[in-house]
Amino acid sequence: MFDSLSSKLNTILSHLRGKGKLSEADVNAALREIRLALLEADVNYKVVKELMASVHERAIASEVLESLTPGQQVVKVVRDELTELMGEERVGLMLANKPAVIMLVGLQGCGKTTTAAKLALTLKKEGKKSVLVAADVYRPAAVEQLRKLGEELGLPVFEQGSSPVQIVSGVRDWAEENLCDVVIIDTAGRLQIDQSMMNELVQLKEVTSPDEILLVADAMTGQEAVNIARSFHEKLSLSGVVLTKLDGDARGGAALSIRAATGCPIKFVGVGEKLPELEAFHPKRMAERILGMGDMLSLIEQAESAIDQKKAEEIADRIRKDRFTLQDFHDQLQEMRKMGPISQILDKLPGGGRLKGSANVDEQELDRALAILRSMTLEERLNPSIIGGSRKKRIARGSGVRVRDVNWILSRFKEAKRAIKFMGTGRGKSKFPPEFLQMR
Amino acid sequence: MTWTDRLRNGLEQTRNRLTDSITQALGQGGKLDREELERIEEILISADVSAPIATELVDELSSHRKTRGIGREEVLAILKEGIKSRLSGYERSLSLRNDSQPTVILVAGVNGSGKTTTIAKLAAHLREDDPTMSITFAAADTFRAAAIDQLDIWADRVDADLIKHRIGADPSAVVFDALEHARRRGGVLFIDTAGRLHTKHNLMEELQKINRTIVKRLGHKPDERLLILDATTGQNGICQAISFHTAIDLTGVVLTKLDGTSKGGVILTIQKQLALPIMYIGVGETKDDLHEFVSDQFVDALFST
Ligand SMILES: Nc1nc2c(ncn2[C@@H]2O[C@H](COP(=O)(O)OP(=O)(O)OP(=O)(O)O)[C@@H](O)[C@H]2O)c(=O)[nH]1
Ligand SMILES: Nc1nc2c(ncn2[C@@H]2O[C@H](COP(=O)(O)OP(=O)(O)O)[C@@H](O)[C@H]2O)c(=O)[nH]1
Ligand SMILES: [Mg+2]
Ligand SMILES: [Mg+2]
Repeated sequence: MFDSLSSKLNTILSHLRGKGKLSEADVNAALREIRLALLEADVNYKVVKELMASVHERAIASEVLESLTPGQQVVKVVRDELTELMGEERVGLMLANKPAVIMLVGLQGCGKTTTAAKLALTLKKEGKKSVLVAADVYRPAAVEQLRKLGEELGLPVFEQGSSPVQIVSGVRDWAEENLCDVVIIDTAGRLQIDQSMMNELVQLKEVTSPDEILLVADAMTGQEAVNIARSFHEKLSLSGVVLTKLDGDARGGAALSIRAATGCPIKFVGVGEKLPELEAFHPKRMAERILGMGDMLSLIEQAESAIDQKKAEEIADRIRKDRFTLQDFHDQLQEMRKMGPISQILDKLPGGGRLKGSANVDEQELDRALAILRSMTLEERLNPSIIGGSRKKRIARGSGVRVRDVNWILSRFKEAKRAIKFMGTGRGKSKFPPEFLQMR
Repeated sequence: MTWTDRLRNGLEQTRNRLTDSITQALGQGGKLDREELERIEEILISADVSAPIATELVDELSSHRKTRGIGREEVLAILKEGIKSRLSGYERSLSLRNDSQPTVILVAGVNGSGKTTTIAKLAAHLREDDPTMSITFAAADTFRAAAIDQLDIWADRVDADLIKHRIGADPSAVVFDALEHARRRGGVLFIDTAGRLHTKHNLMEELQKINRTIVKRLGHKPDERLLILDATTGQNGICQAISFHTAIDLTGVVLTKLDGTSKGGVILTIQKQLALPIMYIGVGETKDDLHEFVSDQFVDALFST
């Protein structure tokens, strides 16, 4: 739907490759695109403005690394700033009291009731028993909804009393008697400008002194996220945030707005309608999502630190001259292995999750390939055509595999050579890591 | 309080802020400088108007400036006009059939946008005009816990018949039965579907299947295919509208939760890209909190002091 930010940046900054420092004009051009991307992602415009100012400084000071396109370099600075704003660390629930009380608040339809049940399930997995409290007496069938979820979880639902305040005042004792570790209060959705409803929340807070007051917010929320979050925070002093509906394609700029407005950590994200679909929040991943680039950047970082750039250039050069040997193949696989488990790499690519199932690059295969290559002599690696039947047998014995596997690696080598050669000529300049490290 | 008042109340914070900040942005002088234009652009963006459209609107302002200096009132007037011209010409309300067949209204949208409540509001609206009209609700949200119970309560309140199956049932089967009922009784059939994110392929297919069930039974598509859009939504609203439009060929949009502080500026892009009528706005949680969308009013309420 949205044009890829990084491809736009790379176009703007394409003349910059390896030029040293980024100039002010280049940075400004890049920042204009980034500003638009952040606004498209629904980051509040004030937050965007402040962010741009601090990125501006850092970007001008930073070097254009040879290994990256300059566009990526600017994006990386933005990502780092975003991550910082979002909070580097993951923060979990702080449940000190026994029973501990969690209260969920937020606008209508943001996902409070579902999140209450999801949290109960998460805690259940940790061996903690929760009671769900039905403090939404307004919306039609809200209590019934919670009742059904409680049933599904095999957990009690507390609903005695006629008003929310009455209901919650009885629950602590009940929870103690019934050996519940956690009390999770589901409240009615309300607008932050509805004073009487906001005051009701204050009363609920006074009666229950919650360990956690979590604002539940929809990831699709627009510019108002700032005002909404600020109002709830001012009234209740929130302890954290749950961002829901992240399973869609919303870029979730609201996460940043809410964080900026309240300083509260985002503790969980909802990634589906079903109860197990609650995850811990990863600030860095979120920053990258807001920028619209999967986990691309951490992959770049990993590649950057793991790959010997010189070696990659050498290999590229040999490919260009069609002298790519098994030795190069070995080196390349070795570099790839250094980047960490392949599955992890695939996870970070946009759409990589889908690739994983069908991927023919599994780690064991990679290790096996390396073992086979190591059992070859240097001469064999540099000149694969000399590998005949008896050499194959020896290599197989040496690496503890069968001749069939040696044949397999030789044919993979041929494939790789073909593929890499194609890339090498197609682009003029071949880089390692190949294709999949290119931005969308 | 009438619904117009409620709308105004709902938009109060909105219009105060927009107008105040624009007035402030203009400073003392009569003419606009670059900074002031930038500030106005920001104000539009803060209403969830997309950045490209905000830029367009501000460019229009600055082209006026070129020909002559303009004062504050003129600035507001030009902005209003700009927005109105982008929204007008598409207003319409529910169209009811006048043949023997029931009018079928399919209601769709992402999770929590206000589908079920809007159905109740629309039914109440029709009921007001025609107290004897036969109204049927099809509980085709068979997924969310107590979604059927919720619709059941609303059906009671607005005196509609409810056709339901058990939770987990095939929504198309519910719709099939509801069609039978509505064909016998006539009047209007509302189909309450489960919330679904527009990115979920299988769920969007489920929605299309409901559509097909209706076509098969009645020989035509549902008379209205409405997207319920939460005004709190930011730019993702565009993706939502496009995806739902692609799936079921929408006939209109209902913008809900305008009683909050969000302004729903994203509808400008939706209008521009899809030219879909914004038919109604939701301004609260009771059955009476529905208002026909009138672009002039919408914009005036946004800006008037
Ligand atoms: N796709 C998706 N849907 C979600 C998520 N969390 C909640 N929902 C759905 O969003 C809708 C609203 O969720 P609820 O839990 O009823 O929201 P609520 O805040 O309790 O709503 P009210 O009580 O009506 O204010 C339901 O259709 C849920 O199934 C999520 O993480 N992803
Ligand atoms: N403030 C406000 N709340 C609304 C409006 N429309 C619906 N709601 C609330 O939003 C929540 C979700 O509505 P619901 O109809 O259940 O949404 P659905 O999941 O799309 O069917 C409920 O709490 C409704 O009371 C509106 O116009 N204004
Ligand atoms: Mg609820
Ligand atoms: Mg519903």
